[in-house]
Amino acid sequence: MKSASAPAGHLPSRRIFMQTSAAFGAGLVLGVGCLREGDRGLDVALTDLPEFEPNAFVRIAPDNTVTVISKHIEFGQGSFTGLATIVAEELDADWSQVRVEAAPADPTRYANLTFGKVQGTGGSTAIANSWMQLREAGATARAMLVNAAAQKWKVPAGEITVKQGVISHAASERSARFGELTEAAAALPVPQKATLKDPKTFTLIGRDVPRVDAAEKTNGKAVFTLDVNQPGLLTAVLARPARFGATVKNFDATAAKKVDGVQHVVQVPQGIAVVARDFWSAKKGRDALNITWDESQAETRSTPELFTEYRALSKKPGLVADKRGDLNTAMKGAVRTLEATYEFPFLAHAPMEPLDCVIKLGDGMCEIWAGSQIPTLDQMVVGQVLGITPDKVKINTLLGGGSFGRRATPNSDVFGEAASIAKAVGGKTPIKLVWTREDDIRGGRYRPLYVHRLRAGLDADGRIVGWEHRIVGQSINAGSAFAELMIKDGIDVTSVEGAVHLPYDIPNLQVELHTTATKVPVLWWRSVGSTHTAYSTEMFLDEIARATKQDPVELRRKLMKNHPRELGVLNLVAEKSGWGSPLPVGKGRGVAVHKSFGSYVAQVAEVSVGADGMPKTERVVCAVDCGTAINPDNIRAQMEGGIGFGLGAALYDAIDIEEGRPVQSNFHNYPSLRIDQMPPVEVHIVASGEAPTGVGEPGTPPIAPAVGNAFAQLTGKTIRVLPFQRSVKA
Amino acid sequence: MNFKLNINGEVREVDVDPETPLLWVLRDAVQLNGTKYGCGIAQCGACTVHIDGQPTRACVLPVKLAKNREIITIEGIDGPEAQAVQEAWVDAQVPQCGYCQSGQVMSAVALLRAKPQPTDGDIDAAMTGNICRCATYTRIRKAIHKAAEARSTQAALNKETQQ
Repeated sequence: MKSASAPAGHLPSRRIFMQTSAAFGAGLVLGVGCLREGDRGLDVALTDLPEFEPNAFVRIAPDNTVTVISKHIEFGQGSFTGLATIVAEELDADWSQVRVEAAPADPTRYANLTFGKVQGTGGSTAIANSWMQLREAGATARAMLVNAAAQKWKVPAGEITVKQGVISHAASERSARFGELTEAAAALPVPQKATLKDPKTFTLIGRDVPRVDAAEKTNGKAVFTLDVNQPGLLTAVLARPARFGATVKNFDATAAKKVDGVQHVVQVPQGIAVVARDFWSAKKGRDALNITWDESQAETRSTPELFTEYRALSKKPGLVADKRGDLNTAMKGAVRTLEATYEFPFLAHAPMEPLDCVIKLGDGMCEIWAGSQIPTLDQMVVGQVLGITPDKVKINTLLGGGSFGRRATPNSDVFGEAASIAKAVGGKTPIKLVWTREDDIRGGRYRPLYVHRLRAGLDADGRIVGWEHRIVGQSINAGSAFAELMIKDGIDVTSVEGAVHLPYDIPNLQVELHTTATKVPVLWWRSVGSTHTAYSTEMFLDEIARATKQDPVELRRKLMKNHPRELGVLNLVAEKSGWGSPLPVGKGRGVAVHKSFGSYVAQVAEVSVGADGMPKTERVVCAVDCGTAINPDNIRAQMEGGIGFGLGAALYDAIDIEEGRPVQSNFHNYPSLRIDQMPPVEVHIVASGEAPTGVGEPGTPPIAPAVGNAFAQLTGKTIRVLPFQRSVKA
Repeated sequence: MNFKLNINGEVREVDVDPETPLLWVLRDAVQLNGTKYGCGIAQCGACTVHIDGQPTRACVLPVKLAKNREIITIEGIDGPEAQAVQEAWVDAQVPQCGYCQSGQVMSAVALLRAKPQPTDGDIDAAMTGNICRCATYTRIRKAIHKAAEARSTQAALNKETQQ
């Protein structure tokens, strides 16, 4: 057996570890609740016997439980289920015997191969980067079980078959379940390479395998960070400045300390923390704080000023992010030009579970329980705060109650706060840091505010000969741990993704970027650059279609002749939505196509107009090409969810900044889509044998432009300023 | 102040400020964490419990108003409608992140008890108070219809066996 000494904390309490590869009974480290010291050699439950652990991703127990270790956090996107499916497929396990566990924080074993030496989830990369790695992990384990059976039964390994957790040798009518062979398999060498299945023989991949976490999320048993309770745990809430960039000048905690339950009030770099027996006491304590803020370095602008500044910049040349042909000459020769300016507000993520983190200091180490999205960064930041090396920061990654990008902060803001508070309090009391919903909505790390200016030049036949696209907004990655990776020649790739490499055959094109700076912290928001580039490009293309009296689908077909996968989803969505067939009076149709994170999505929205002037989305048809479909139902779920997420934001949402302070604070003024506004969604998945790509984000970019285009087709009005609510009239 | 609360059929004693929202009494004092905090201002429904059978947002109910009343949380919800809802929820693969789902289930169970055959309009009216940021709404709707159907089949069978 190779890996024996997994860190104790991350494994369930009833396990036994092998310290050496000696036979069972010698040198065992016992988990809580198993054998007591001196009990060796007595009857033990199957669950107390050593597990077979051929690699970092799978463990098989003598009781036949197959535990898949997921290096990716599960925060709704279905990673646990999808990743486990890949392992189970190559292992030929039965789905009912599969469990999933979050991996410990360890970039040497659990790095996201797309990120390099960083363990983390994001960019819709989980399945894509894990695909071959997990196939090999499952296949390796299977090969070792087969070899163990071959040795035990003294038959050729090539005659052994594995199906749904049962290993068989037909000729001699022998069979065994995994658990019977784990001890023998553990003693065998791990093969360098194992044979992977022919996709034609897949039995789990490509099927609607049920989620591993559905039951616990339905009966209240699922444990999120906010739910963690430990003996002596104290809850902390942090008072942060209202204005971005302000700091504490002085504070008076007298009243706060008098609140029943409050144990400590401490200052940390990020603000003043009240630490109490429970959340309500902590919150009351914080409300009783008297803080004077130093606002000399704080942001002073308001969103209207930012828009004015950005609009001015959009009229000036910027850094060239993409270039085809000779735009200037083409525009000079154009018979007709169109121009449009699109405006996008700051957006909050507002995951349902507010931000939180539980931390407990130890001697030269600490232990954390949290929905850690980028464990390597979290370890680094916490290590810096506490003066310990990152490997001494143990992280128990729990289920996340949504993220949409918010839990992946380059400076690990929440973890850093928790560590600072624990350090200030001192001792080994577990501290649970909780952000209220107000803290979350007002806490920054928004999708940046953007202004886009597009110009198109048309020739006498209405063909697009020139396309100019200027984007103005903050860089998400500037000054962060990701700056070197994401910013090339001054251009943050996330600011322009979706605008560059347009799949449309336009011979002369230029995309330019102006990077601005504010004290409002910004972050990636589900589908990142595509949240604004898809809207401006797809809406502007439809403006051109209307101006030249072309059907929007036909126009896209013409322009995407050389892009088969974009064309594939466009044609599929056109077919399934009945594009071109008559619609009842009062209904409009709009289309949008967008590739993001390696996946191709096209959506058609059918829309009517409400009495309030708002588009009411009556139906969405979605076509997606994400390569090999691991779990079609999860792909459908992610498209549904991505559509709902994008739609709600486009309809209602904006974070306004007033003199450096966010105006909105909770769901009453930062509304979320609700069930009565959610349209029926039909998802069609393109059959593909290509390597799988992600679905967590790609469903989001097309919905706003599909709805906007439908609304424009119906009313003649192009909404260029989001959210829709601010642009329509009753 | 001491309170005796009737939670999921058991009497639980707590010592808390009478103004403390029931949500935090359930979570921190009684350590029943299935009921969730999402907004604190009764906008999101994650804290939905049943008080004397009525769906109620626990985040704005001071605990002093919850004494002498029957409190049921997700941990204790039971009966044929609850069973039908929870089975339908898993069947339709409703949850994604799952954080809002305790509240969704509690609201759905209350709906089915009040309206065994809810229309889409009934579903809208009963469920708009429950936000799902993952937008699992199409599956919530489908699961409620499924649960209603299963419940009505079950009720018809029960009636038959009783006759």
